[in-house]
Amino acid sequence: MSMDHNVEVGSSYAVSSTVTKDVEGCRNPQVRSKISSRIAQIRLVSGHPEVYEPCDDSFALVDALLADRANLIDHQPNMCLEIGSGSGYVITSLAIMLGSECPGTHYFATDINPHAVEVTCKTLNSHGVHAEVVCSNIASGLQSRLAGMVDVIVVNPPYVPTPEEEVGSEGITAAWAGGENGRTVIDRILPVVDMLLSSRGWLYMVTLAANNPLQICQVMREKGYASRIVVQRSTEEESLRIIKFWRDADIESHDSNKVKSLSGSESWLLQLSRMSLWRSSSSSNNRVNEFS
Amino acid sequence: MRLLTHNMLSSNIKGVSNGFPLRLEVEKFIEKEVEFNADFLRNMFPKIEWKALVDAAKTLGYADLPEEADPSLLDSDDFLKKYHHALLELHVEEGVLICPETGRKFPVNKGVPNMLLHEDEGFWRL
Repeated sequence: MSMDHNVEVGSSYAVSSTVTKDVEGCRNPQVRSKISSRIAQIRLVSGHPEVYEPCDDSFALVDALLADRANLIDHQPNMCLEIGSGSGYVITSLAIMLGSECPGTHYFATDINPHAVEVTCKTLNSHGVHAEVVCSNIASGLQSRLAGMVDVIVVNPPYVPTPEEEVGSEGITAAWAGGENGRTVIDRILPVVDMLLSSRGWLYMVTLAANNPLQICQVMREKGYASRIVVQRSTEEESLRIIKFWRDADIESHDSNKVKSLSGSESWLLQLSRMSLWRSSSSSNNRVNEFS
Repeated sequence: MRLLTHNMLSSNIKGVSNGFPLRLEVEKFIEKEVEFNADFLRNMFPKIEWKALVDAAKTLGYADLPEEADPSLLDSDDFLKKYHHALLELHVEEGVLICPETGRKFPVNKGVPNMLLHEDEGFWRL
């Protein structure tokens, strides 16, 4: 493969070397299906002309979840939710990788595209796992009752910069059309996520360099979340980062405490500039990024 | 759609102040065995609107749940089994969910509720 390909795994968590190895070099669907029985198999993923097929971004998100699998199992989430489940590849993979290690976990998946919810159901069924699937705009209909209850949210949002009028179109366009800087839908999703996540909630989200992920981290930081890049991957077409966000009590207390907040934001700015450096450097430059 | 999901859905049409619980009309439902997990049931119990669960289960012909439930019941295996059955094993396949204030119907097809609103109902309201 001629494309530049790189995976980084944060070292602040214990990640077994076998997992890291599994994660590398697995974007070819044929190779991918053989790599791990812990994720959905491409040949069992259903499709539809109006539904986004699993692609590099989907693979990167699943790889991030695999890389963080040990932590997810320790976390023992009650409720997991995928917003915009499309083909169902990601939520199915999550349900498989947690499987019997998280027997008390319940899965939800939403999509705005009625064809996608059908395909998600088929993909779940063909793997013998279950998620409750709802045709919903982000989490409409669920968000008031599910508020504060979800322990893990995964999102591969429509992140491609497009004209604003393409956002939320019918069919497959809704899967990628992200409006200005690819941020229109992301910026709608973030407050919903903040509302849904429990006090121990985690978010895993796919972002593109054009989305200004640093600024997304800052927006989430203002809501009290720390963040870390779990997987970083560059192709000729796009530079993807899978970012994990989690509620951090220190950030919340910093922001509510004026005296402390100065030092807090100073260190944040330092980290921001470090990250910018890293961002402009080549993707073979391995670094661990942790903001808290 | 499990009754757990029914218990988590509400109508968010613009101007609706109390969109919960959605009234359930069922054309077809199925029972599917689900692995019993007492921890999940206990963790969920404080979040469940009990009366809505009891009423939804009755709509599906299951009337074994007590009308009222308090946490002390969570020590009873008999109670947990019934609660498990109602919450997770009864699946609505075809039917409608009806907004208690406006009567607006949200269809359930092939086990999936469709909560999408039209633009004039507050399509982008978050």
